Amino acid sequence: MEPTSHSFPANARAGLADPILQTALGLARTGFPMRRAQAIARLPEFEALREQGRAIKDHTLANLDFYLERYEQNVTGAGGHVHWARDAVEARAAILDICRAAGAKTVTKGKSMVAEEIALNDHLEANGITPVETDLGEYIIQLRHEPPSHIIAPAIHLMKEQVADAFRAAHTELDPARPLIDPRALCDEARTVLRPRFLAADVGITGANFLVAETGSSIIVTNEGNGDLTQILPRIHIVITGIEKIVPTLEDAATLLRLLARSATGQEFSSYTTLSTGPRRPGDLDGPAEYHVVLLDNGRSALLGGEFQDMLRCLRCAACLNHCPVYAAVGGHAYGWVYPGPMGAVLTPALVGIGEAGHLPNASTFCGRCESVCPVKIPLPRMMRHWREREFAQRLSPPVYRSGLHLWAWVAQRPALYHALTGIMSRVLGWAGLYRGRFRSLPLAAGWTAVRDMPAPQGRSFQSLWAEQQRRRGAPRR
Amino acid sequence: MTARDDILGGIRRSLRRGPLPADKTAALTARLAAHRRNLVPARAAALDHGGRVDLFVAMAEEVQTTVARVASDRDIPAEVARYLAAENLPAELVAAPDASLDAIPWNTRPLLQIRRGRAEAHDAVSLTPCLAAVAETGTLMLASGPGTPTTLNFLPDTHIVLLRASQVVAGYEDGWDLLRTRAASNPSPAPPIPSPASGRGLGRGQAEEGGSPQHADRTGALPRTVNLITGPSRTGDIEQRIQLGAHGPRRLHVVLVEDAPHQD
Repeated sequence: MEPTSHSFPANARAGLADPILQTALGLARTGFPMRRAQAIARLPEFEALREQGRAIKDHTLANLDFYLERYEQNVTGAGGHVHWARDAVEARAAILDICRAAGAKTVTKGKSMVAEEIALNDHLEANGITPVETDLGEYIIQLRHEPPSHIIAPAIHLMKEQVADAFRAAHTELDPARPLIDPRALCDEARTVLRPRFLAADVGITGANFLVAETGSSIIVTNEGNGDLTQILPRIHIVITGIEKIVPTLEDAATLLRLLARSATGQEFSSYTTLSTGPRRPGDLDGPAEYHVVLLDNGRSALLGGEFQDMLRCLRCAACLNHCPVYAAVGGHAYGWVYPGPMGAVLTPALVGIGEAGHLPNASTFCGRCESVCPVKIPLPRMMRHWREREFAQRLSPPVYRSGLHLWAWVAQRPALYHALTGIMSRVLGWAGLYRGRFRSLPLAAGWTAVRDMPAPQGRSFQSLWAEQQRRRGAPRR
Repeated sequence: MTARDDILGGIRRSLRRGPLPADKTAALTARLAAHRRNLVPARAAALDHGGRVDLFVAMAEEVQTTVARVASDRDIPAEVARYLAAENLPAELVAAPDASLDAIPWNTRPLLQIRRGRAEAHDAVSLTPCLAAVAETGTLMLASGPGTPTTLNFLPDTHIVLLRASQVVAGYEDGWDLLRTRAASNPSPAPPIPSPASGRGLGRGQAEEGGSPQHADRTGALPRTVNLITGPSRTGDIEQRIQLGAHGPRRLHVVLVEDAPHQD
């Protein structure tokens, strides 16, 4: 999809003014964090597991070439095929070639963020192959022709009424007078409509949560079972995933699996964790006859060894989205591309460029919740700051903002001047705001006062109170 | 330059090094071969076998798996019949062709109609064995093979799993060890039990068995599919309200046979 991250401010304003989105986000704001907290409270080892999860990922990234080669060797040994793709174009071409060779007409898909990243559905459709999303959330947004707004709950921006509308518009073969009043009925309808699609598909495409170098297995974690029907029924199973999903052993995967579901949905374990190794074996009564893995780089290898390497530890659990006050206010579509929230604010500039996505690392209060809940301790705020620095260094931020920062920096480096100026300002503002105690509008601060009052300064500044207290205690004044 | 060389080269450039030296490669190979366990939570690991079985049941029931404990194999047919009647389901099921189900005295319940084979679209109830059950999270581990087709775990609305108490292990790592032991011995798979009623699915599987496998079943490879199943299928994609039976089974029922405890 074409990124619209450059219009984040307008996207965010639209999101804030959307009553359906605000109701839907209200459900998410409380639900996900509460369930995560409960799950973690039950596992005393959680903090130690986070530390080990981080170490496993760091070790793997430091030896990524070795583990990828070993993984490839083991996939091939089990009868599968590995396709390397430098970018989205190559990944799409590899998948289309496999589908064409199979004479495929329809393809079922399990939820895959990498497939979104390479805009796979549009490419298949343009080439006469019908992709059918089978995850309930993904299916809903496919019917509505919109991108996911959350990396594990793609339709989180909708309420059941919008889902019912989408189903009525799409499932014209069903009785138009049928009641579609609750999530149960909607879920049953999707199950009924999609079951024949599963059975008829020529190719099934899934993502991967982990790739295991030791065994050449890909692992998917789902709750619906759609990913499993997608991969066991068609003749061909294609896995599309990023090169950073590798872990060395099954034991390493177990540690990360213990972190993943608890951080994502607050479950002890997701309903289905599935290891797939090669195609069906002689004597097997079902399973795909061909197994392909498309390994996508798309800018990932360039992040190694630099200030953004830590981002490659990401498990895509969405805990950072679920705990982000900015995401909770504006929703995922405001971020304008595939990956929203704090992880998107770091990853999107790396994948589509800081020129397009410069707003995203700025859309943060640096409250630090994202880092504190990340199962592999990715320092998201620090990396957003790195992007802000790059944006500044590349002169991409607006001139007024840049000259403002320059002016502030010039003053801040001269403490005497700084204290004098802030002292005058707080006295003037304190005097002017004496009557109401707050300002409804202030020159140069419309961005603040348009939506809330600015409190008037009261009494003396912190700096002067601090200095006085230190003097009284007899400490040397600095 | 191929994409493969380019990506591997790009990784090495970013890491500011060339291909790993031989001693480093040997150390990493040894790490893979050793596959050492990381921290395993005490929740299940600290319990004795009876405690693990109880923990498995408690954790499974927490995620809407139902569990019936029976004393021996002789009680399985009655429990299956009772469950189907209680759920208002027809006394008809498709069972895994696996030999482990052969000794069950199904003839004690002649009204139970049983077909052996893979699942087809019209099958409402399936019955399968499992490889292990993980006490830590109430998780069943099922491995695919000629006797255990994966469609049985996902296509029918109701999935019944036979579990022996001796199969309950503490953590996922114990399950991995079982998989590795099986893979290393790689027993030549017994042919599926022929059954006149087993329908087109089985026929298709058998046709391909002697056909043209594109690869040999290599010793050491895991089964094609390993399913870790924790409760019935579910979704929270609409308003985050959990619904069971999204695409996989709506019901997951475990018949737990109390056999001799597992010797560690």
